[in-house]
Amino acid sequence: MSDDTADMPLLVILRHAPHDGSWLREGLDVALVAAAFGRAVTLLFMGDGVEALRPGQKAGPLGQKGTHPTLDMLAMYDIEDLRVDATSLAERGLSIAELPWPVRPVTAEALPAVIASASPVFNF
Amino acid sequence: MASEQGKLRYALVVLGGPYSQAATHSALRFGEALITQGHRLDTVFFYHDGVYNASRLAAPPQDEPHLVDAWVRLANDQGTELLVCVAAALRRGLLDEREAQRHGKPAFSVEPPFVLAGIGQLVEAGITHDRLVTFAP
Repeated sequence: MSDDTADMPLLVILRHAPHDGSWLREGLDVALVAAAFGRAVTLLFMGDGVEALRPGQKAGPLGQKGTHPTLDMLAMYDIEDLRVDATSLAERGLSIAELPWPVRPVTAEALPAVIASASPVFNF
Repeated sequence: MASEQGKLRYALVVLGGPYSQAATHSALRFGEALITQGHRLDTVFFYHDGVYNASRLAAPPQDEPHLVDAWVRLANDQGTELLVCVAAALRRGLLDEREAQRHGKPAFSVEPPFVLAGIGQLVEAGITHDRLVTFAP
């Protein structure tokens, strides 16, 4: 990447619901490793990815690990810039106030700027 | 950081399995096209179901493109590094000889030029290449 992207945060976009394959888990893994390597990381929950934020989730009958424990660990990794696409959230009947983590809503108009101000961008 | 004027160093991220999704075909075609135009394909990182591209046991019908062999050709001809996420590979049953021994498995399915790698190398690829392009299903 050119030098002018060196100070940009790394962006991980999460677009799959928990247990919809391993997308969410493997996307979060990239965020955690990048943070462990000292990169500033932004997480953006979009589409079905906002389901990851729905409160009250447990591990579930399939015996797979849930992702809430990972989200609880984000602050420990200094991943504090959490964004959620406001439209996706509203479409699924969720509101910012009920989310268990401090997540900032992003309007559709503001989305391109969030993506343009990050490098690299990983889309899961 | 391009070595020559206008020539770029590319990294590709492949997230789709071979044959079951278009991602691998698209990534290969993109890789071949950028080489034709004089750019360099330095690194391919296989993650999520993309790790299935690294199975040396893949035996597609002879009248279909052999995608695993196509990656191997890229590595041999262009020096492209083929990095396979170790965590994603192990849980899907793709192990190199060393990991197979470590886990007491009777066989291994990943061999050079495919190399098991950590996610840290994906993060690094995003920094050290001029372009990082993801191919997802």
